[in-house]
Amino acid sequence: MSNFAFNSMAEFWAMGGYGFYVWLSFGLSLVALLLLWWTGRQGEKHFRSQLTQRLSREARVRAHQQQSSSVQESADESTS
Amino acid sequence: MFKWLDPYAKPQTLFNLLGRWQRVLMPLGWLLLAIGTVWGLGFTPPDYQQGDSYRIIHIHVPAAIWSMGAYSSMAIAAFIALVWQIKVAQWAIGAMAPIGAVFTAIALWTGAAWGEPMWGTWWVWDARLTSELILLFLYLGVIALQNAFSEQATGDKAAAVLALVGVVNLPIIHYSVEWWNTLHQGATITKFAKPSIDPSMLWPLLICIVALGVLFGALVCQRLRTSILRHEQHRPWVRQWAQEQA
Repeated sequence: MSNFAFNSMAEFWAMGGYGFYVWLSFGLSLVALLLLWWTGRQGEKHFRSQLTQRLSREARVRAHQQQSSSVQESADESTS
Repeated sequence: MFKWLDPYAKPQTLFNLLGRWQRVLMPLGWLLLAIGTVWGLGFTPPDYQQGDSYRIIHIHVPAAIWSMGAYSSMAIAAFIALVWQIKVAQWAIGAMAPIGAVFTAIALWTGAAWGEPMWGTWWVWDARLTSELILLFLYLGVIALQNAFSEQATGDKAAAVLALVGVVNLPIIHYSVEWWNTLHQGATITKFAKPSIDPSMLWPLLICIVALGVLFGALVCQRLRTSILRHEQHRPWVRQWAQEQA
């Protein structure tokens, strides 16, 4: 790797007068790439919470059905 | 070969494999990108003609290369999905399209920000720029088609056909700078000859190209994993996975 191409940080930010274009390019590109990564991550998180919600609801429904059917059975027994 | 490849078409196997790849590729991609851009921005000499504006090359060229690389991968997935009816290949199209679209947008945007100081204009309707813009529209078309039908399978098939047909645009993009008179410069490194760039400038550029390729792979793994889960959510293995996660 060669040496730092600029004499000072101020020169580095100025990019020989092209600072606006250079930092605009790199800034927006970085934002776009980070957004890609972030939306991908959010997508997985969102799906995971949806899934766990659905699974716990199914479990609750199952438990309720079992409970009500056992109540029904005991009711049947008492009438017979 | 198909005997060897077949198990990977099984969603669960692929899901676990993608997870392992993503854990390696994601940090590696970001790290390489950091090294490449810092090197390219601060530690290479300025161009003798373009001064420091040429440093935009370190994001522009990798994004442009992978905008086409992503499209090629998407087209291969589309081919596999249409010919062998492999579901995960179909889902891969949906995972790759948004990433490719963003890469294309980056290539166009950085190209404009480079063109303004060097050519004196943000945009011209010349062959290279226009064909790359068409690539963006192809990506957007694939994304739109996939979601355009109430029957998911119909949209998937239509998107795959469009992805495949759009391949014709790739050679047009690549050779546009030779076939037509254009403001855009010719190939610097993607040609069968010695690269017309000094080695001190070539290395950071190559690192950035590899970085964006690795990052593309990692982002595809990420999105394809979610897509697999979504499509397989009623299968026992996904339930088991969800319980392990909780």
